[in-house]
Amino acid sequence: MTVAVDPHNPWLARTVRIRRIVQELPGVATYDLCFDDAEIARNYSFRPGQFNMLYLPGLGETAISISGHPRRVGVIPHTIREAGSVTTGLAGLPENSCIGLRGPFGSAWPVEQCAGRDVVLVAGGIGLAPLRPAIYELLSQRDRYGKLILLIGAREPSAMLYPAEYNEWRDAGMQVEVTVDRALDGWNSHVGVVTALLDRVPLENPSGTLLMTCGPEVMMWYTIQGAISRGIPADSIYVSLERNMNCAIGLCGHCQLGHEFICRDGPVFRYDRVASILKVDNL
Amino acid sequence: MSSKPSSEFPFSPPAPDSPANHNPDGTSLFLPRDDLNTLIGKLTADGYQVVGPRLEQEAIIYGEISGADDLPIGWTDLQEAGKYRLQPRGDQAFFGYTVGPHSWKKFLFPPVAVVATAERDGTGWKLDTPDAEPPKYAFLGVRACELAAIKVQDRVFLGGPYTDPIYQKRRNAAFIIAVNCTQAASTCFCTSMNTGPRCTAGFDLALTEISDGFLLEIGSAAGNAVASGLSLQPASDEQSGRGESARQQAVSQISKHMDTTDIRDLLMGNLQHPRWDDVANRCLSCTNCTMVCPTCFCSSVKDVSDLTGDHIDRERRWDSCFNMDFSYMNGAPVRNSIHSRYRQWMTHKLASWHDQFGSSGCVGCGRCITWCPTGIDLTEEVAAIRSSPSSGRSERPPISDAEVSAT
Repeated sequence: MTVAVDPHNPWLARTVRIRRIVQELPGVATYDLCFDDAEIARNYSFRPGQFNMLYLPGLGETAISISGHPRRVGVIPHTIREAGSVTTGLAGLPENSCIGLRGPFGSAWPVEQCAGRDVVLVAGGIGLAPLRPAIYELLSQRDRYGKLILLIGAREPSAMLYPAEYNEWRDAGMQVEVTVDRALDGWNSHVGVVTALLDRVPLENPSGTLLMTCGPEVMMWYTIQGAISRGIPADSIYVSLERNMNCAIGLCGHCQLGHEFICRDGPVFRYDRVASILKVDNL
Repeated sequence: MSSKPSSEFPFSPPAPDSPANHNPDGTSLFLPRDDLNTLIGKLTADGYQVVGPRLEQEAIIYGEISGADDLPIGWTDLQEAGKYRLQPRGDQAFFGYTVGPHSWKKFLFPPVAVVATAERDGTGWKLDTPDAEPPKYAFLGVRACELAAIKVQDRVFLGGPYTDPIYQKRRNAAFIIAVNCTQAASTCFCTSMNTGPRCTAGFDLALTEISDGFLLEIGSAAGNAVASGLSLQPASDEQSGRGESARQQAVSQISKHMDTTDIRDLLMGNLQHPRWDDVANRCLSCTNCTMVCPTCFCSSVKDVSDLTGDHIDRERRWDSCFNMDFSYMNGAPVRNSIHSRYRQWMTHKLASWHDQFGSSGCVGCGRCITWCPTGIDLTEEVAAIRSSPSSGRSERPPISDAEVSAT
């Protein structure tokens, strides 16, 4: 599956070069990273939903989900919002700079289990980034799946991530619906929270439908409640959770949520496995 | 010494019928008191850095020792919740105390360690991990609860999908001389956790101190090799009897108890119990309990640069779930109250540890009780929850639509 991380020397970061920077939104950019070492590059693979630890010497590491095509070898895109010191440091780097990378880490979206089923993906804000590899993967073998529905919510029209791709995804056989909290002039799509969109989307066979969601925790929480009320079983719902990840290898304790290490057991969880701990505040 | 200690992970004690597991002639062995120094000298000659109990900072701590005279001869410790005092015993015992604020984890999982390095290399960086050989430690005076704690940390650092190379190298090289407790502190509850006080496995040699020397058990091939260089005698029945009574004394003195029945479900089913507020009023969130705990493993890695900015160490330091920043994410800590941090520590230690590592994270050593400045006793916290379990988990409180923003 992966040989980029030596299980016996998991602290070793590899050098990657920033081949291209695409400014997506104010404060959000996609960094296409490539390994300097050709052999590592050849052997590197990831599954949709996994993340890497990106390292800026002097500033530290940060956990970033991989947002590229899992079948596209050589280039590993990461969509990053400027938030802490590492991501702000990254934002100041020009193309062709070198940084460190450890990964891939963590669990993956259950793409294999989508075969023959209707699939709903619900993304909030930058939560679309960790879902994009699953979108690519589903569309790369479109015939294997039933209906594919992608619901995207953002604060406002200008905060939509990857808007140029929505029509490509539609053309490839995915229903893509977008909604914003606050509409502006010229917006001719839905207005309201993404969970309301889920309430309106037609589901022909809810009990056979699989749902994946990524976004702010409270958005996912209401998405899940909506999905369950529509008849999607709790064990067919998958969430990507986030906690403060420091080591990514289950050794530092930071990212615990109840009995789970988000870095190692997650970030993607089947909802029924974490339902009880998600109900508790400040856990 | 050519043979490797068999306390190496994964758990590979010698087979029950291997000669190393028994004293050569099947009888108990006796090491005369004066020959403890010979044992220390032999380990030193074999290339070990011998660490053991020392009197320092008004406590019995673990540090390098060069001979038996460095041991806390004739001293004991008085412990209760929030209290630790040294006191003369009135005899010449080497190991007449229980456990102090240190544990062996400071040698196997150092409080500060460099996990990776970055050196500026032209316009880029050379990224590497250190491969220096750590000291080869011989631990002298490891108690049963501490053997259990090492086993717990073995599972944490070596038992998962990724192993920690720093811990592994140190652990593989370590030689362990256990010492059976002959007394217990009021804070001890190893019998509740099934970890002691008798040392049964996980050592190379084990000692039971009696007035004129030690009863000696051999636990591994490496232990056998070291023992073969000592002037051991067969223990007399009388000596063996005195050793047994001394060990029994520790069992008899244990007064603290924790009911661990279904403790995982008890605690995870009471995450909203009012007792968490009660303990939060007493807890200072000072991190003492996590620093003295022999199994707590939380840490943070941070970059430490020299003045040029060209040489960077990625430095791992012990951290604590009681630190506010520990759960910091997206601009705010997840566990923003002492309530939530104490709950995290105790439910992790006693409950979710079972899910993660297949055992409790608590070995019953009592350090967290002794070294809590306000004397919080986790056994009392468990008992309080057990005596009035809440009827069920409350749901996450309703959140207004305005908060359900997509971003």
